[in-house]
Amino acid sequence: MPLDATMRGIRLIGERTLRIVERVGATIAFLGLTLAQSATSFRRFGLVIREIFYAGVQSLIIILVSGLFVGMVLGLQGHETLQNYGSEQSVGVLVALSLVRELGPVVSALLFASRAGSAITAEIGLMKATEQLSAMEMMAVSPISRVVAPRFWGGVLSMPVLAMLFSAMGIIGGFLVSVVVIGVDDGAFWSQMQAAVDFRHDIVNGIIKSVVFGIAVSAIATFEGYEAPPTAEGVSGATTRTVVSSSLAILALDLVMTAFMLKGWN
Amino acid sequence: MTNLVEISDLNFGYNDRLVLKGINLAVPKGSLVAIMGLSGCGKTTLLRLIGGQLRAREGSVKVAGYELNHIGQRDLYALRRRLGMLFQFGALFTDLSVYDNVAFQMREHTDLPESVIRDLTLMKLNAVGLRGVQSLMPSELSGGMARRVALARATALDPELILYDEPFAGLDPISLGVIGQLIRRLNDVLGATSVLVTHDVQESLKIVDYVYFVSEGVIVAQGTPDEIRASPLPFVHQFVWGEVDGPLPFHYPAQTIQNDLGLRGG
Repeated sequence: MPLDATMRGIRLIGERTLRIVERVGATIAFLGLTLAQSATSFRRFGLVIREIFYAGVQSLIIILVSGLFVGMVLGLQGHETLQNYGSEQSVGVLVALSLVRELGPVVSALLFASRAGSAITAEIGLMKATEQLSAMEMMAVSPISRVVAPRFWGGVLSMPVLAMLFSAMGIIGGFLVSVVVIGVDDGAFWSQMQAAVDFRHDIVNGIIKSVVFGIAVSAIATFEGYEAPPTAEGVSGATTRTVVSSSLAILALDLVMTAFMLKGWN
Repeated sequence: MTNLVEISDLNFGYNDRLVLKGINLAVPKGSLVAIMGLSGCGKTTLLRLIGGQLRAREGSVKVAGYELNHIGQRDLYALRRRLGMLFQFGALFTDLSVYDNVAFQMREHTDLPESVIRDLTLMKLNAVGLRGVQSLMPSELSGGMARRVALARATALDPELILYDEPFAGLDPISLGVIGQLIRRLNDVLGATSVLVTHDVQESLKIVDYVYFVSEGVIVAQGTPDEIRASPLPFVHQFVWGEVDGPLPFHYPAQTIQNDLGLRGG
């Protein structure tokens, strides 16, 4: 009996693992299909601009406000910790490096997945449920090139800009708390930050991360929407899967990229 | 008269369940043919096979000289540029205005200047009596109006073959009459050929040239509207005159109710 239960457990784990691997494979294949059918998006860039507006511009408020709060908390916590070592003048460095290297790309990608990724999935899923994608197919227009690709590129192009704005707002938040409220010297705050933040290793690496997150979130969001069962329940399940899978993908990719970036990619 | 659609010895099923069995059907050029039957009898599946959305397991589906069982993506899209399809609830693109919905195919498939597209779009909308709603969004239209706009969109490129999936579903009597007359008139004015899938007997018999009756995946009767009205076949008689008693089974095949309820003697 216990052996049976163990075998069932192993089988269940195996089945779930296979399903996850299958899903990851299908998402990557879908990404390949999207890239192959992206010519229309670049020929008619207005389609992408429209999606940048919906995915990027409309995410600005949540990104900017969250960035400000995260920066303020970093300023508070940083000052609290650094003053134990008499280094509270370095709070600007702590705020800037935390944001530019990690929190900016990661948190903005998580927010982007919840705000824009879920919206992309719901929109494509509903288009499928109401036969709009079938109608497009019947008009000899590929839904991948006309619906999926512009949304994918809109997400990919929006993500780095959102991450940079998140970091910028975070630095402003850190400045407000540590300089304006607590009274850290503003000259030390900015000069130490400028001296410690390296353009290539900190800012460019942060941008690389946000581009990779943008690709992952947009691919997952469009894939889940396109593959959603054409029912209310199916679309709601797909939306949830987008947020969960994107969040896990962002954190896993961040770990891998951070490991490589700290070692210098070689 | 040559046939635009020819189906011979067609079998089709989902998984192990055979939905269409040994279908033979022909649609002559210029005619308006109805495929009728109860919900779930396989008529929408048949329409999807004609539109190339599904592939037959056995048999042949020929549309405008193309054998759809072996057609490649490029040829399928070439064929679909010559087709128009009206979906059950219109399937209008909800992010585009009425005008942009009708102009969609012209913009996708032609190099016409915007001024010509505008004139053609307004003419198509005028043909269905809805030039006045060009700036509205699909969500602002009634069910009947949405169906008429979808009809204008389906005929935007003057298709050779127009497929209608339940065009009368959920319409009030006036809208139903309007849609029926539009289907007939557009077929004749455009010199098109039309296949209409419906279970609305009385409205369809007023406008079509020929009828195929499908029951449980098999064509059980066929003929002109007058022949259908006078048919002595019990199934056709029951269907046309909406009789409660007849050969159509009320219960979906299942084991005995005593068995399901766990009663003795089941």
